[in-house]
Amino acid sequence: MNLLEPIVQGILLGGLYALFAAGLSLMFGVMRIVNLAYGDFAVLAAYGSLVVINVAAVNPLVALVVVAPLMAVLGYVLQRTVLQRTLGASPLPSLLVTFGLSIIIQNALLLFGSADQQRLSLGAIDTASVELPFGVRVGVFPLGVFVLAVILLGILSWITARTQYGRLVRAVSDDPDTVTLQGANPKIIYGVATAIAFGLVAIAGVAAGIQTSFSPSSGSMLLIFAFEAVIIGGLGSLWGTLGGAVILGVAQTVGAAFAPAQQILAGHIVFLLFLAFLPNGLSRRKVRA
Amino acid sequence: MIPSLPLRAKGLETPEYTVRRWTRMSIWGTSGLGVAVVVMALLPFMVNLSVTYAMIDFFILLLLAMTWNMLAGYGGMVSVGQQAYIGIGAYAVVVFADTFGLNIIVTILLAAIVSAILAFPISFFAFRLVGGYFAIGTWVLAEVVRLIVVQFPQIGGGSGVSLAAMSDLPKELRIAFSYWIALGAAVIVLVVCVWLVRSRIGLALTAVRDDVTAASTSGVRVQSVRRRVFIFAAAAAGVAGALVAISTLRVQPDSVFSVQWSAFMIFIVVVGGVGTLEGPIIGAIIFWALKQLLADYGPLYLILLGIVGIVFVLFVRGGVWGAVSRRKRLELFPVGYRFSRSDKDGSKQAP
Repeated sequence: MNLLEPIVQGILLGGLYALFAAGLSLMFGVMRIVNLAYGDFAVLAAYGSLVVINVAAVNPLVALVVVAPLMAVLGYVLQRTVLQRTLGASPLPSLLVTFGLSIIIQNALLLFGSADQQRLSLGAIDTASVELPFGVRVGVFPLGVFVLAVILLGILSWITARTQYGRLVRAVSDDPDTVTLQGANPKIIYGVATAIAFGLVAIAGVAAGIQTSFSPSSGSMLLIFAFEAVIIGGLGSLWGTLGGAVILGVAQTVGAAFAPAQQILAGHIVFLLFLAFLPNGLSRRKVRA
Repeated sequence: MIPSLPLRAKGLETPEYTVRRWTRMSIWGTSGLGVAVVVMALLPFMVNLSVTYAMIDFFILLLLAMTWNMLAGYGGMVSVGQQAYIGIGAYAVVVFADTFGLNIIVTILLAAIVSAILAFPISFFAFRLVGGYFAIGTWVLAEVVRLIVVQFPQIGGGSGVSLAAMSDLPKELRIAFSYWIALGAAVIVLVVCVWLVRSRIGLALTAVRDDVTAASTSGVRVQSVRRRVFIFAAAAAGVAGALVAISTLRVQPDSVFSVQWSAFMIFIVVVGGVGTLEGPIIGAIIFWALKQLLADYGPLYLILLGIVGIVFVLFVRGGVWGAVSRRKRLELFPVGYRFSRSDKDGSKQAP
């Protein structure tokens, strides 16, 4: 069996998972919030693009230009009005609220849409492929998503490492009270971080909507993949997250090459192996929760 | 009947102190619930079949909510993966009753045991994670269990399996029988929960929830305490799954392993009052009533549950029970400590 092709495809699939995982990781890193509705927001963005496409007859990438900023604004408002109230020593309130949001989004999509699988289309690009060395053929779109993921993660890590906002994010993640004493407002920093995460999730949701299909209930699976990528990669490291996402993607495609029906189970098993033997992930850094 | 612990200081003319666990309130509360259980045991003779059938659902939800509350409310372990054990319990009944032909009561006990045994290795994976990531981790583990169960065509694969063992009983008898088992299971789980909260384990558990470091420096074995409660909750969820199997006679992987179970448990505990023994009981009554009234509305009903749940977390954090008992400390169960001083002549004084 030629494993080269599934491995390359798995790496590219990892790019898509990295896009999802980056936002989840960012929200946890800054606010210690694990957003259980994260995948559902991705699906919401995909449905949002579907609406824009139907109304304005544009392609999904143009729709994304409308949807991503809207999602970012939604994220900012949601953080300032709802999630901010759940912050505290106990993770319970934020988990409960985001789980509630997840149920609301899923059922609202069922109510206004249908349970059918939907798909976004870029026309010819959907099926176009290029030939890489060693005779491996890959889709143009997954390749584009992977490149986009690397670029966006690069920008995100540049922001956290080099800009004033990034310094504030790291400071507030360590000790919000001291940051407040220095004159900065953690609430705004939290709001902007959530806006960035929601912008990312909109991009990831639309990319996933073009690459595979989606339905109101597919958000849970996206959340689980993002989470697995974060844990395999190790908490608090963006490049580790990319590595984790690639490992998850490769585990799934290689698993599917052996047993087509077991793609997801193969990913879960690799995740559990990491959890058992390398619980701090690739980056090996211990992070308080 | 009333356990008391005299504390004496040697050689000093100090008054005698006593610690009481029962209060007038908890004596009334506990005996009131005892009477309610007796009345409920007679219910199948008094109401029609559909009410009895709906009440089975109530007890399933109640015992799930009580044990989820032990995990999350007392132990700080927010699990979104209890459906793993609901599914395991349901399938255990089918396998033991239909394949091995065992008595149905025995199969329910076996469902609890199998769930508990599987929870042991699962806990080692789940306990690698804390807080929010523990939640998603338990969810992934439940998915793994589901994906493994549907591999076996012998138990119906992905499409599910019917329970044949009880289908030859008359419908009335079968439902009444399931009802009594469900009531009995709920009472046993409640008694175990009260005992856990009263015991050293409950004390250690809340200490771990509030501050892991402080608890472990005080000599609490953190993982061991957590693991015991995790396994107890798994066993109870296994019983809940077994009850689902014997009351519906059908086990479908997508429904027994549905994350919606977790959503329901969370809603009940949050609305009733997280971290109290009374909360899940009140929450289960509210949830069950809403379900009877609104379940036909489908998605709209679930959206309503989501909104109500969020409103409670944001604005009524103690739930209904917390709001009721805010002014005056109310306790239906003897779990607190009351400290009082009595002088040498035996007359009592308020502390």
